[in-house]
Amino acid sequence: MWLSTLIVVGSLLAVFAVIILKGAPSLTLSMITQTPKGGYYLGKEGGILNAIIGSLYLAGGATALTFVLSLPIALYLNEYSGKSRFASFTRFSLDVLWGIPSIVYGAFAFTVMLFVGARASLLWGIITVTLFMLPIMTRAMDEVIRVVPSKLREASYALGSTRLETALKVVTRQALPGTVTAVLLAFGRGIGDAASVLFTAGYTDSMPRSIFDPVATLPLAIFFQIGTPIPEVQQRAYASGIILLIIVLLASLVSRFSTKKLMKYVVK
Amino acid sequence: MLSATIFSALFVFIIAFALLQSAELVLSTKSISELLFTSSWHPNRGDFGFYPFIVGTLSVTAIAMALAIPICLLCAIYLAEYAPSRIRGILKPPIDLLAGIPSVVYGLWGVLLIVPLIRNYLAPLAGVSSSGYSVLAGGFVLAIMVFPIIISVSDEVFRSVPSEVRVASFALGATKWQTVKHVVVRKGMAGFIAAVALAFSRAFGETMAVLMVVGNVAKVPSSVFDPAYPLPALIANNYGEMMSLPLYESALMLAALILLLVVAFFSIAARMILVRVEKRSA
Amino acid sequence: MAQAGITIRKLNVLFGGHHALKDVSIDIPEKRITVVIGPSGCGKTTFLKSLNRLIDLTEGAEISGQVMIDGLDVYDERVDVTDIRKRMGLIAQTPSPLPMSIYDNVAYGPRIHGAKDGSSLDQTVENCLQIVALWDEVKGRLSEPASKLSVGQQQRLCMARAIAVKPEILLCDEPTSALDPMSARNVELLLKMLKKDYTIIFVTHILSQARRLADYVIFLYLGELVEHGPAEKFFAEPTDTRTRAYIDGVFG
Repeated sequence: MWLSTLIVVGSLLAVFAVIILKGAPSLTLSMITQTPKGGYYLGKEGGILNAIIGSLYLAGGATALTFVLSLPIALYLNEYSGKSRFASFTRFSLDVLWGIPSIVYGAFAFTVMLFVGARASLLWGIITVTLFMLPIMTRAMDEVIRVVPSKLREASYALGSTRLETALKVVTRQALPGTVTAVLLAFGRGIGDAASVLFTAGYTDSMPRSIFDPVATLPLAIFFQIGTPIPEVQQRAYASGIILLIIVLLASLVSRFSTKKLMKYVVK
Repeated sequence: MLSATIFSALFVFIIAFALLQSAELVLSTKSISELLFTSSWHPNRGDFGFYPFIVGTLSVTAIAMALAIPICLLCAIYLAEYAPSRIRGILKPPIDLLAGIPSVVYGLWGVLLIVPLIRNYLAPLAGVSSSGYSVLAGGFVLAIMVFPIIISVSDEVFRSVPSEVRVASFALGATKWQTVKHVVVRKGMAGFIAAVALAFSRAFGETMAVLMVVGNVAKVPSSVFDPAYPLPALIANNYGEMMSLPLYESALMLAALILLLVVAFFSIAARMILVRVEKRSA
Repeated sequence: MAQAGITIRKLNVLFGGHHALKDVSIDIPEKRITVVIGPSGCGKTTFLKSLNRLIDLTEGAEISGQVMIDGLDVYDERVDVTDIRKRMGLIAQTPSPLPMSIYDNVAYGPRIHGAKDGSSLDQTVENCLQIVALWDEVKGRLSEPASKLSVGQQQRLCMARAIAVKPEILLCDEPTSALDPMSARNVELLLKMLKKDYTIIFVTHILSQARRLADYVIFLYLGELVEHGPAEKFFAEPTDTRTRAYIDGVFG
């Protein structure tokens, strides 16, 4: 039985080890500081700065947009709707949405884009990833807000606060560490996903300049680099993989670290 | 607040509707059974037989489940019942971390490790020659990707089995393993199945990692060492071409719709099982 | 007799068919400690919650009747419920510090009702903490999380928090049941001191505590107001057989 656990943990280590070992040699400074120059995909110079920044803009923008939607939804479900059938139905829907693969979101967004005649761009990438992230972040936030003890709410109401005041000043304070985790979790999922941006964000070799231009993303950069027949470029794909892993790991670490710090005022 | 919530409640239907609209075109040219069960795939001629892709998706997912289920069951039992809490505390974060690794990275890893493994070791062992880009490769990578889902949900389920029943079992003289096998797992089985259903729907729709290792050949695979072409990979690989042929685009949207329906079905089933489990233990 | 602090007429509360309070009518004396006694489940907490309309938050609760303070019915449609709750402080059974610092806990009430940060708010916080005899213990660490205090201190903090909004009435729902005897004693002494400024309604199922604190007693049994009266007379010569049985410890 512990063997099976070993297998599981072992595969995690295997994934990290292989990628790092294979990609480290190609992880040069120029990879992260330069954009692809002409012939990059044929083995010439440059780096993937365009993809790194593009991904950060895209995932950052999507995370912010999702947060603006998720928090009200999670608060509404818990503070205003309670046990109503509407709330159960919404939670159910969110669960189904959670399981929908990112490629379906990409296909859906693409359909809408065709309908309105839009081109692939950073904007549409952000919209698609937002749609993808929404159930992930909302579900996680919902879980945290749910477990806020009701006596805290009662104490707040007993002092004469309105529902909104209680929701914003007491419930969110108590749920703050969990909320931060939810946000960073969604960010990690969003930045690493390729299928949702495949149709909708396009790709470009330049740095993102306008929200209406196509933008490069890390996962796609990796995908395109490994697709070439040239070994040097394939190597760079692994190095890019390391960069992506580092970003995701960082998000995870920041989440754990800030959770600890934010637990200060939380009531057990 | 309210409008955002209403939107999220109805969103699934909106997506389904939009995809259905797009798929109308190809649905009007051929019957459902023709689309789903024939194998001829020639977009230029307007032939869209989805069968190989459906089989491709199913076989990769099946292999992944076959690999993941026993491993995850044992692992979850270990974590929930046997591991001392310190060890549990150390092991849980890495397992959760598996869930955070992006799909493309898994794909890279698969290309680096799994594909050569199959090409150079496993296939010759089975007396077959294979490029390594195969159903088996896809299954392997997918299995690892679903480990965290099954394990974390099952772990919760097993831990929520009330201690009274465990105590009762021990009081009757049962060993730890007997208690685990006959009491904990039995009570937790429904939840475990729900976890598997959730994992199944995840695996079904997983795109990038599988795409990179599975070979992408539009034929029904005859063995696990053959390449295959799952539905998500189909959509992802051909989005460029579909711009030129409206029928092609419509067909790909149909593929997306099929994915949506299958995934939604399993998600709903899993959710309903979990709700019943929660109700019973409440 | 003292002027009535709260006048209750024909108060009925139902939860989905269960008739929790039946036709309760009573005048609660002003600036006294009125103790509500009765066995568990007889409706004491429901009674308290119907006074400050916290009962509104319970799903499926149907309330009818009047609860009048200064001639104003709290259940009147035109009434602002947050204003009512401000006028009645609630001290619950288990201390529930808000997830903030000690200072912010006490300041929370005044702030949501419009108080601005500054020396005036500081003064309010200090006063309230002085009154509950917590000031000396916490004055050096006001910005620490409230959850770090001991249970007895937390309960006193909740009392400080409650009086910070300057209520007229204090509702206490078995506030000492989670405390050790020493802290419980402190809370009782505190309430005795506070009654000169506040009308206090105190729910308990500990008869000795009721005897110690009560100026006026109400006995609730199965949602019905069985008997009530000034404390001395109530305990010495109860008129109803059920009251007598309860006081003698036959049930509850």
